[in-house]
Amino acid sequence: MTDLKQLYDAIVAGDAKTARATTEQALKDGIEPLKLVMDHMAPAMGEVGRRFECNDYFVPELLLSARAMKSAMELLRPLLVASGAQPLARVAIGTVKGDLHDIGKNLVAAMLEGGGFEVIDLGVNVAPEQFVNTVREKNANVVALSALLTTTMPSMKTTIDALNQAGLRQQVKVIIGGAPITQKYADEIGADGYSDNAAEAVSLTKRCLGK
Amino acid sequence: MQALLEGLLGGGPVLTDGAWGTELQARGLQVGEFPDGWNLSHPDKVGEVAAAYVQAGSRVILTNTFGANRLRLGAHGLADKLAEINRRGVEISRQAAGAQARVFASIGPTGKMLLTGEVTEEELRDLFAEQARALAGAGADALVVETMAELEEARIAVGAAHATGLPVVACMVFDAGKNKDRTMTGVTPEQAAEGLIAAGADVIGANCGQGIEGFIPICRRLRAVTDRPLWMKANAGLPQMEEGRVVYRTTPETFAAAGPELVAAGANFIGGCCGTNPDYIRALKARLG
Repeated sequence: MTDLKQLYDAIVAGDAKTARATTEQALKDGIEPLKLVMDHMAPAMGEVGRRFECNDYFVPELLLSARAMKSAMELLRPLLVASGAQPLARVAIGTVKGDLHDIGKNLVAAMLEGGGFEVIDLGVNVAPEQFVNTVREKNANVVALSALLTTTMPSMKTTIDALNQAGLRQQVKVIIGGAPITQKYADEIGADGYSDNAAEAVSLTKRCLGK
Repeated sequence: MQALLEGLLGGGPVLTDGAWGTELQARGLQVGEFPDGWNLSHPDKVGEVAAAYVQAGSRVILTNTFGANRLRLGAHGLADKLAEINRRGVEISRQAAGAQARVFASIGPTGKMLLTGEVTEEELRDLFAEQARALAGAGADALVVETMAELEEARIAVGAAHATGLPVVACMVFDAGKNKDRTMTGVTPEQAAEGLIAAGADVIGANCGQGIEGFIPICRRLRAVTDRPLWMKANAGLPQMEEGRVVYRTTPETFAAAGPELVAAGANFIGGCCGTNPDYIRALKARLG
């Protein structure tokens, strides 16, 4: 029988190889995919977030853990889909128009994926219309906007305005982040949430969705 | 090479410059437009910014070449203009500097992480060497590797800059962790000092990320572990939005009031980063004499 503590430990330690191997073994042993996610992997990512918050972990550790989670999820996702299990929600993420910086956006995307969300990564320099189209065509429940530059922050507001005009604002939650972003700015432009780091983005998204 | 630094620092702390991007925006640079491209399309405006800092009292000015590496230029379709953009950047600053200031050419990060495998060490080595050579060949007095978050990327850039034979300044952004004393990837001031000096930096320091108050403890910690000159360029506080416009709340006077304490903490080169302009340099000059 697989020691599932190993799966938890591997994700916390950012050991993708062990995370994947343990998951493989657990599936062979007949353990339910959803149980693996909920009882072992999600708590591991929770621990990673906690360590990040108390400065034990920084971005490199966060990335490694998100990758370990992802490598295990690759095995589980087809099974979860086949069993009819839904992702927590579908997130359309991108760096806003005019801004080509993607480190923060990629981190948040990795953390959200690790946290059980389906992530549609639209890349950088994403026009408001692209976000609108993705919400409309792919039924995204969350729009996550990133900006590094103070000069491109206003594109966040433009994107929210575009969602409003398209009549889609009510059906999505908009979360924002990036070096110059503050809670005050999030409030001003009518975003549903802001977090100041990638680890917190997961709990923020859940909170916004009431999960 | 050391003679240049000794000559500059002989008379006490040296004023550097403030932000360039926001100054270019005040002169018409559009949101999302690539500032470095202006070295070719609007050299007069870039020259105005450089001259404004020299007039304000900067004894070291940088160049409008922060993003002029192959990766960033490529993202803007300007990769074939790399040599020209870097060369013009140095020439424009040189012309404004005249005999009053030295030109330290800016080398910024690629915006890609080694950690995630988006870029390899070899690619970084090549592209920083390419930019460093272009800047050195254009006659820069020194090179400044700035706004770095990842120590390995910074070390590679410093190594490439050092290979040109010019003095090298290297500074990182400390804006993470509870006390804002780590870089995004968790690097402490002590680790930065050790790594950057080992890679060949002659001057080390911090820029961007937070207001000037936060720079004082970082400066102190760097001073505790090195005798090298220290380079400090703080933001004018953190950006806030006001009627859709970004504003920085720290006034030139408040900013400059922290100058003496920063000098006491060991700073040798002092200037500003995001949100600062020539008024901040003038105010610093008035304070530091």
